[in-house]
Amino acid sequence: MLTYLAAAEGATEHNPIVPVWQEIVVGSVAFGVLCFVLIKFVFPQMEKTFQARVDAIEGGIKRAEAAQAEANQLLEQYKAQLAEARTEAARIRDEARADAEGIRQDVLAKAREESDRIIAAGNEQLSAQRDSIVRELRSEVGTIAVDLASKIVGEALADEARTRGTVERFIADLDTAGQR
Amino acid sequence: MVIGQSTVLAAAFPPSVEDFYLPSILPWGEHNAYWFTKITVLVWVAVAAIIIFFLMSYRKPQLVPTKKQWLAESIYGFVRNNIAVDMIGPQGVRFAPYLTTLFMFILVNNFFGILPLVQISPMSHIAFPAVLAVVSYVMFIWVGIRKHGIGYFKMAVVPNAPLGILPLLVPIEIFSNFLVRPFSLAVRLFANMFAGHMLLLVFTLGGFAMINANVLLAPVSVLSWVLTIAITFLEFMVICLQAYVFTVLTASYVQGSLADEH
Repeated sequence: MLTYLAAAEGATEHNPIVPVWQEIVVGSVAFGVLCFVLIKFVFPQMEKTFQARVDAIEGGIKRAEAAQAEANQLLEQYKAQLAEARTEAARIRDEARADAEGIRQDVLAKAREESDRIIAAGNEQLSAQRDSIVRELRSEVGTIAVDLASKIVGEALADEARTRGTVERFIADLDTAGQR
Repeated sequence: MVIGQSTVLAAAFPPSVEDFYLPSILPWGEHNAYWFTKITVLVWVAVAAIIIFFLMSYRKPQLVPTKKQWLAESIYGFVRNNIAVDMIGPQGVRFAPYLTTLFMFILVNNFFGILPLVQISPMSHIAFPAVLAVVSYVMFIWVGIRKHGIGYFKMAVVPNAPLGILPLLVPIEIFSNFLVRPFSLAVRLFANMFAGHMLLLVFTLGGFAMINANVLLAPVSVLSWVLTIAITFLEFMVICLQAYVFTVLTASYVQGSLADEH
């Protein structure tokens, strides 16, 4: 205590829990000024900024949700269109397959008809030719045979009448053979 | 012999209450003048620093904040969300500006206690905590009357208890809610800062006292100064904690005034 009294010469002793009134005034004014400036000019601005930020974020979320919904709707639409296109394609394929089958049947039928026709025509022609050949042969055979016979027999054909009878018989034989 | 003491601080060992009352700056060296002292200058510096910081960092607020703006917003956001809204509820937002101002004022003034070359907090003079406590006191009573009318006092002092015990409880409630609260607020802050400063003084001046008494004690002096540094870190914690506690208690008193009748 002695040293302290010496250090604080001339000063009255202070009690630390008794406030100094000048300091109360200074403290009140200083704190008042601080409160005034901060509460009036700074913190309302901050609240505004916070609000703006919240709005911005919420707006962003809302926009994102809208975009998402639109995308989903488009996706559904595309899916529906795709399914429609698939059934359409299947239908077209089935039709085409049926058409192809029909065409094939037609072509086959026509071909068969044509081939029948050609075969019939061929047969007819063949038989006509055969008939004409037979006819030609028949007329020629007599002459050739007579020639041949006359050459073989020569001038030894005394009995003309008998000869003629033989020839006719021969030809009749030929006729029956040709008809067979 | 007195080399250290006289060059570092014109203070003797052991430190006393008088070490908190430095001679005034204007008029220079006066012991009983209080208008312009280191303490009052520090208070003004604190106010100016806080105002400049907030005005500078919030001159052009942007949605995407700059670093400074982010810092200012973090301080406000901390008090707003972690103190005002947490303690009071959604309607606490309207008290957030005052609570933030209070928090910053106490924090910066406390911080002078460990700021090198300043190293005394205005809050170690009870006048300043007392002013703040009175503001909190008036505020929570005012809020209570605004909300409940004159019935607030009945609500505040008559707890929900059997009739027989009320004669005992009502005086206690009156005592604790309307007499103790402002004092405890003011004294808690004041005493913490006072004791912190006193501790630093003891260890700093004690180091000089020992080395002056006997050169062989020099290692102990060094230890004492090392401890001063350690205590400075401890003080940093106390500084933040006390600013927080004062603000939280104010918020809690306001909450009590706003609460529905029980």
